[in-house]
Amino acid sequence: MEWKIEIRNKKGVFDPLGNGIKKDIQDLGIKGVKKVNVAQVFIISGDIAEPDAKRIAEELLADPITEEYLLEAGHRAKGRIVEIAYNPGVMDPVEESTRKAIRDMGIYGVKSLRTERKYFIEGKITEGDFKNICEKLLYNKVIQHIARTPGHKDTRTQVNGYKFKLISVNVLGADDKKLAKISKDGQLFLNLKEMQEIKKYFKKLGRNPTDCELETIAQTWSEHCGHKTFRGIIEYKEEGKTKIIDNLLKNTIMKVTNELKKPWCVSVFKDNAGIIRFDEDDNICFKVETHNHPSALEPYGGSGTGIGGVIRDILGVGLAAKPIMNTDIFCFGLPDTEHKKVPKGMLHPKRVMKGVVSGVRDYGNRMGIPTANGAVLFDERYIGNPLVYCGTVGIMPKDKSFKSTKSGDLIVVAGGRTGRDGIHGATFSSGELTHESETVSSGAVQIGNPITEKKLTDTILKARDKNLYTAITDCGAGGFSSAVGEMGQYLGAEVDLEKAPLKYQGLSYTEIWISEAQERMVLSVSRENLKELMDIFKKEDVEAVVIGCFTSNNRLKLRYNGNVVCDLDMEFLHDGIPRFERKAVWSKPIYKECENKGKENFTRDLLKILSSWNVCSKEWVIRQYDHEVQGQSVLKPLVGIKNDGPGDASIIRPKFNSKRGIIISNGINPRFGLIDPYWMAASCIDEALRQVIAVGGSLKKTAILDNFCWGNTDKPDRLGSLVRASFGCYEIAKAYGVPFISGKDSLNNEYSVHGESISIPGTLLISAMSVMDDVTKAVTMDLKEKGNLLYIIGDTKDEMGGSHYNLINNCVGNNAPTVDAEAGLKIFNRMSEAAGLGLLRACHDLSEGGIAVALAEMAFSGGFGADAELGNIPGDVKKDSVILFSESNTRFIAEVRKADKKAFEGLMKGVPIGLIGGVSGKKSLRIYGAGGKKIIDAGIDELKKAWQKPLRW
Amino acid sequence: MKKPRIIVLRTAGTNCDNETASAFKMAGGEPELVHINELARDEKFLKNYQILAIPGGFTYGDDIASGKILANEIKYKLNEDLKNFINSGKLIIGICNGFQVLVKAGILPGLNSGGMEATLSFNDSGSFIDKWVYLKKDTKTPGHQDTRELCVWTKGLKETIYLPIAHGEGKFIPRDKEVLAQLRKNAQIVFKYADNPNGSIDDIAGVCDTTGRILGMMPHPERHALGTQHPRWTREGLKEFGDGLAIFKNGVDYVKEKL
Repeated sequence: MEWKIEIRNKKGVFDPLGNGIKKDIQDLGIKGVKKVNVAQVFIISGDIAEPDAKRIAEELLADPITEEYLLEAGHRAKGRIVEIAYNPGVMDPVEESTRKAIRDMGIYGVKSLRTERKYFIEGKITEGDFKNICEKLLYNKVIQHIARTPGHKDTRTQVNGYKFKLISVNVLGADDKKLAKISKDGQLFLNLKEMQEIKKYFKKLGRNPTDCELETIAQTWSEHCGHKTFRGIIEYKEEGKTKIIDNLLKNTIMKVTNELKKPWCVSVFKDNAGIIRFDEDDNICFKVETHNHPSALEPYGGSGTGIGGVIRDILGVGLAAKPIMNTDIFCFGLPDTEHKKVPKGMLHPKRVMKGVVSGVRDYGNRMGIPTANGAVLFDERYIGNPLVYCGTVGIMPKDKSFKSTKSGDLIVVAGGRTGRDGIHGATFSSGELTHESETVSSGAVQIGNPITEKKLTDTILKARDKNLYTAITDCGAGGFSSAVGEMGQYLGAEVDLEKAPLKYQGLSYTEIWISEAQERMVLSVSRENLKELMDIFKKEDVEAVVIGCFTSNNRLKLRYNGNVVCDLDMEFLHDGIPRFERKAVWSKPIYKECENKGKENFTRDLLKILSSWNVCSKEWVIRQYDHEVQGQSVLKPLVGIKNDGPGDASIIRPKFNSKRGIIISNGINPRFGLIDPYWMAASCIDEALRQVIAVGGSLKKTAILDNFCWGNTDKPDRLGSLVRASFGCYEIAKAYGVPFISGKDSLNNEYSVHGESISIPGTLLISAMSVMDDVTKAVTMDLKEKGNLLYIIGDTKDEMGGSHYNLINNCVGNNAPTVDAEAGLKIFNRMSEAAGLGLLRACHDLSEGGIAVALAEMAFSGGFGADAELGNIPGDVKKDSVILFSESNTRFIAEVRKADKKAFEGLMKGVPIGLIGGVSGKKSLRIYGAGGKKIIDAGIDELKKAWQKPLRW
Repeated sequence: MKKPRIIVLRTAGTNCDNETASAFKMAGGEPELVHINELARDEKFLKNYQILAIPGGFTYGDDIASGKILANEIKYKLNEDLKNFINSGKLIIGICNGFQVLVKAGILPGLNSGGMEATLSFNDSGSFIDKWVYLKKDTKTPGHQDTRELCVWTKGLKETIYLPIAHGEGKFIPRDKEVLAQLRKNAQIVFKYADNPNGSIDDIAGVCDTTGRILGMMPHPERHALGTQHPRWTREGLKEFGDGLAIFKNGVDYVKEKL
């Protein structure tokens, strides 16, 4: 018997969800919708009699105060109705929990349960409008469909018994053309050279590979898992000079760390995340990942599984760390893009943004990890390929920082079940997005279940503290294939694939092996600890099974019901990949210089920059995230008299009984990269570090992470700019003395429109993690008291290239901000001392929009006005537009008490500083320029309004 | 004297358990994190504790509705034990998701009229919100009774306290006008929002039962136990403790004196 139970609001009850959709419909430009209501539909089948169905509906599913239920599909009198259901194979997170609740009620006959959303749209709209609303707002065909007939068949739970049949792929008999076809048809994303290498290997063995073997190799060799561009050989040309780079990663990023040899670096570039020392008992770790392509196709699921994935990275570092903070940095197309200008097959940037934000929200909040740092950037080139960076910080006892798989250990998989979701994620993320991506690669997109991951986290940390396993890793891209392959790399492993718990029947052995179903971890466990470990899982309802063991024969052997389906040499699998040889070239582009009109007043320019997408308030995003769960926040992302000013960095104190804290910040500025990726990299590092300094931190124990998101690096110009950015990373990080501890690259961020390939701007994210000895010395950016002095610290230079002033004037310019790390280091260290001595009442780093924006933000965040004379600031600049808006690096504005003037100036001797004015009792910002003339005069409320308006959604 | 024992109840999706336990510890209690399975499987017993705390989180993903599945589970698995616990004069506090659980299990507001007497539904904004709020007293009680004085947990609190909310479903809706009138009459409304963030009827942020021993509230007192948790401590000066700690102290002190 199948019951379809519809839960909907009682008449007269306000429906916030429906109301939100109504607003979104108006955003689409469709008028005439009067009301939208949303109903939840539960379809329950099994041995359930009517009284029980009624009980379920009445006691469990419907809220007696706000909702009513219908046991049969009901009709509302007016309007259009549409029901949205998940596609076969897509996980419905509500299924498991609702079935549990029904069992708790003593009702045991449920065989399957699935949910649908039902929308009632009232008002005068055309059939075309209705179709538009459905496609643009209510469902995404990648994961959902319109349930046309009531009681349609549930294909997800249909038992299509899988019949074993070993498939081998005829590689030996294939010529180059056929090899290429095998790679393309199988979505392996292997190039010809790699296919030839595979053919050579199997020729030696005298047999063809099985499909499973080929998939395993493709996954292990994918750009996503192998970083083959960074580790390859590059012939780099710049200004006529050629240089051969053998392993870019080793020669730049990793070189910084190797040369700096910081004693507090515990584990770098080896594990899932970089680990540094926190205090005498604990270490902390940090990892940032990207989940760009899945988020382009299904923003909600893509970003949710992005954050879910990086949390598992932290759970899989060493012997597991406890996740204590998340960071999120997004890059989107412009939210006000006209609908007709969105390329075919792509979602509108506003929908992408709303989906991504809610995906991170729903996953991160449910995991109970504060999302306390981030950034959101906009550029029209991200329209077909948004960037979604998700990071997680973890803490672990010192002695739990390293893993070592032992031969003879059992392979245990714990957490979620394996399904057909996420097949080909690793290889898919290594290719380019086209308008066909949504159909071809839709298997790569998934919906996560954070509660499964939360249970897994709770139990793993318990098991860790009892020393019940020897190694652990996450099932990320590549699923079991990558997890088991990595853990057994130096030992060998045997797996019986039929033992993996499945979400539904019908998966082939290869699908089981490469599925990227979420929320799974793989552990290596000695036989004597198995029972105790399983008991911990069982106690909290976490499913875990043994699927194989680690051996000592250096082979990866997979069986399905006793049939061998894969037998590969570990060495070939991990080291057999032919190295890439690529050409790279970089030449400095020349942009038109910006026109220079003799302007006298810049108030309107300031307002315009404050209202620009990149600079404006991100409160709409931040408040949707729980940034305080775990109770450890010391500086929240929003600060100031009304808790709504833009803080420079977040601080948490991970132990309630200690004042030691962690500062997390980030630097990202793709606009500088348009001019010169070297200075972009330098600026990103400088920005991340100056945010650490601005909140009262120091460089003493600061480590950084790199995340490169680039276009297709097969193309020499893309690779050239990547190389140049890496050089910038090396030189500036080295000069500042901050080591890289982890990083990741996501290449091939391109999409094609009418056959033309469009690349995202090469985008480097630098994330910083810094240990702060005493969090009570923290400083925020909001002005604090009338009468205090305002100083500028650092030289202002004529560096308008890529600035926001140029952006609002529709040009780029040619002189991107540079970094003088020798001078910079001195500034950073002195400012850090000043904070430690309590001399800074407020401090803000100067970045997008320069001095003018920083002063405005400090003023309206603090609720005070300010007067500033900028005629004689340090640095050789005389033009008002440059003084106000240049985005030169390594600069701060600080608020200092009059009583501390001498102490502050004394401390800063030898560092370029300028006393520019003071905090005023009037609620206005007045700035005087080079000639002593007033060049900005605006009320702080007006400035704040301009800054808050764009994202007041 | 032995420290009061607090059971901080956990299950899948609980996530404010550690900080809640920490607040109880700071208040002088002895908290223990216990999974509901341990109670249901008779490995641990509710009767061995004097305070039951149901912390914040997203139990079972808040699937169906926030707190609903845990409320259902408690109703079916712990019914008798919980009744005995309440009847023996012990204390319960539900924070955020814990409040949602207590309301949906019919334990709060506890007018004993049968079934759910109130609910906590989606915020009017339709979205999750993390924000600090000022909480004041109910002034609409007959004879201007001080609501805070009748509740064990809120006795002697400052007139206005400052705590964060972090929820998507915090809109308090009483079943009908009679329930609301009863709540006022019995002086059960202990916390009202000074500036309503979610559309709660009558600005209700927290209520206690008729005995004053069971408290449920959407704002998070455990997130303002320490001075550094205040969003403006860098402006207004750093205090050692936050406003929320007094609530935990009240509970612990009551047990020390009375139980």
